[in-house]
Amino acid sequence: MERNLMKGNEALAEAAIRAGCKCFFGYPITPQTELAAYMAKRMHKAGGVFLQAESEIAAINMVLGAASTGVRAMTSSSSPGISLKGEGISYLAGSDLPAVIINVQRGGPGLGGIQPSQADYWQATKALGHGDFHILVYAPASVQEMVDMVVKAFDTADKYRMPAMILADGLLGQMMEPVEFPEIIENSADKSGWAANGHGNKREHHIINSLYLQADLLEDKVVERFRRYETVKADETDAELYLTDDCDILLTAYGATARVVKSAVNSAREQGIKAGMFRPKTLWPFPVKELNKACETASCILDVEMSMGQMIDDVKLAINCSKPVHFYGRTGGVIPTPAEILEEIKKVGGAK
Amino acid sequence: MAVVFERPKSLIDVATHYCPGCTHGIVHRIICEVIDEMGIEGDTIGICPVGCSVMAYDYFNCDMIEAPHGRAPAVATGVKRTNPDKFVFTYQGDGDLAAIGTAETVHSATRGENIVVVFINNTIYGMTGGQMAPTTIPGQVTQTTPFGRDPQLAGYPVRVCEMLSTLTGTALAQRVAVDTVPHIREAKAAIRKAFENQKAKKGFSIVEVLSTCPTNWGLTPTEAIKRLQDEMIPYYPLGVYKDITAEEGNK
Repeated sequence: MERNLMKGNEALAEAAIRAGCKCFFGYPITPQTELAAYMAKRMHKAGGVFLQAESEIAAINMVLGAASTGVRAMTSSSSPGISLKGEGISYLAGSDLPAVIINVQRGGPGLGGIQPSQADYWQATKALGHGDFHILVYAPASVQEMVDMVVKAFDTADKYRMPAMILADGLLGQMMEPVEFPEIIENSADKSGWAANGHGNKREHHIINSLYLQADLLEDKVVERFRRYETVKADETDAELYLTDDCDILLTAYGATARVVKSAVNSAREQGIKAGMFRPKTLWPFPVKELNKACETASCILDVEMSMGQMIDDVKLAINCSKPVHFYGRTGGVIPTPAEILEEIKKVGGAK
Repeated sequence: MAVVFERPKSLIDVATHYCPGCTHGIVHRIICEVIDEMGIEGDTIGICPVGCSVMAYDYFNCDMIEAPHGRAPAVATGVKRTNPDKFVFTYQGDGDLAAIGTAETVHSATRGENIVVVFINNTIYGMTGGQMAPTTIPGQVTQTTPFGRDPQLAGYPVRVCEMLSTLTGTALAQRVAVDTVPHIREAKAAIRKAFENQKAKKGFSIVEVLSTCPTNWGLTPTEAIKRLQDEMIPYYPLGVYKDITAEEGNK
């Protein structure tokens, strides 16, 4: 298959088109703007719709409209813009609509900065909007994974009728790597049972809605959704386990940070320290089984993030705090170095 | 016996939740008459707002989507852009369209989105119990302007049709009322023109309907109609503010 050297942001866009995405609605924000620019050039030729919206809020609601009719729809942004999309994402989840949202994270809070960050983990996995709901969250660590996960995100979102997010960061978005793309996939999911695309006088009218004024009806709806989430948690987790079979210290990291951590793990091994790495590829559902397997031989865990420590909560929960979990992080757009992480490995007990 | 009057087919035969004397029912009915006359029920997707008409999806027999507050024009944009051959309309109140959704309204108009917007202006927030709307008239008492709307404190009302008529993308901006039979007939003709514009791909059409809210105005239904006539129509004059089909005809 042909390999192309491509920037992460552009690869995300091309992958979406290959995945049968028929419309993209976005609003400019650094460091994801190349994605929208690529869509503007490419989407019309692919027979789809590109539209620059007046705001992030409008863009996510255009996605809601398109998704309501059964069309594969996507929007992308970076951290401050994702906060604005929160309302629409909650409505997508509450209306059982599949859609894909890209977050190429930058430093926060507030306007923050434009350098890479992982400070939106809590937002993505716990509280993207008001109400009881989850969305699928994928965390790529390479440009190729960005491509693969966009395709996976569309398919899985359709399968469970829920929104999916690609949680990338400015480092991955701006990075160039060789990638392979799948052939263009026609959306095969059957949405005729619920899509609001005109009943053609052939069926009852369809209603896309998240309002249930009767408390017991709303409870039933949410409980049904959480039953679906249990299936997602059982079937859709994914993680990379690197040198974990005999590790004394397990490092946990996702996304771009995991690339740096892997270098540190290799250096530690060269120095006789049995380090390993657990890298979740799905952040929600969090790979609980996989993490417990990865840390079987480890005496402690070192969680590394480009934040003040957010995924660490899920790491501790997944192992029921059965082992000490240490943390090393840089934030605000500062990327940790392998040397810093190696120092930390030695400090927290990996040194023999 | 000949049937001379019946419920439009696209208006579902259920009791509505609207208050006695509220004019939502009239506006629902004339939209459905237009949909029936054009034979487009199966090709129409309606977008409900947040407000009193939030549950309009239970009354219109076409496919319906319930949008977040103020976002109906953005939702409609997503529907129409991906389904250009379908008819798409939004049904929005004054708080939805002219306060929280102002950006979505203005930008869908200026883009010339080929949609129909039916805008219910009753100068008050109904669903939440009678607060000041962007269209509340100076001096009008509401729950949040208990001494009457003072423009020095609460600013001035928005005249939506006048504002949107300045935008190139707007095809039709017309204000109508549903207080009398002649006005109801005019309102229906305006809504028909808006849907015909969409069929002819003319762009953004908005029909503003001056309506009543007897409950939150604290008036009887007949007093409410009188207030519409005496206070609202002078402040919000009825008429066509922009109509590109008429302009085309004049050329």
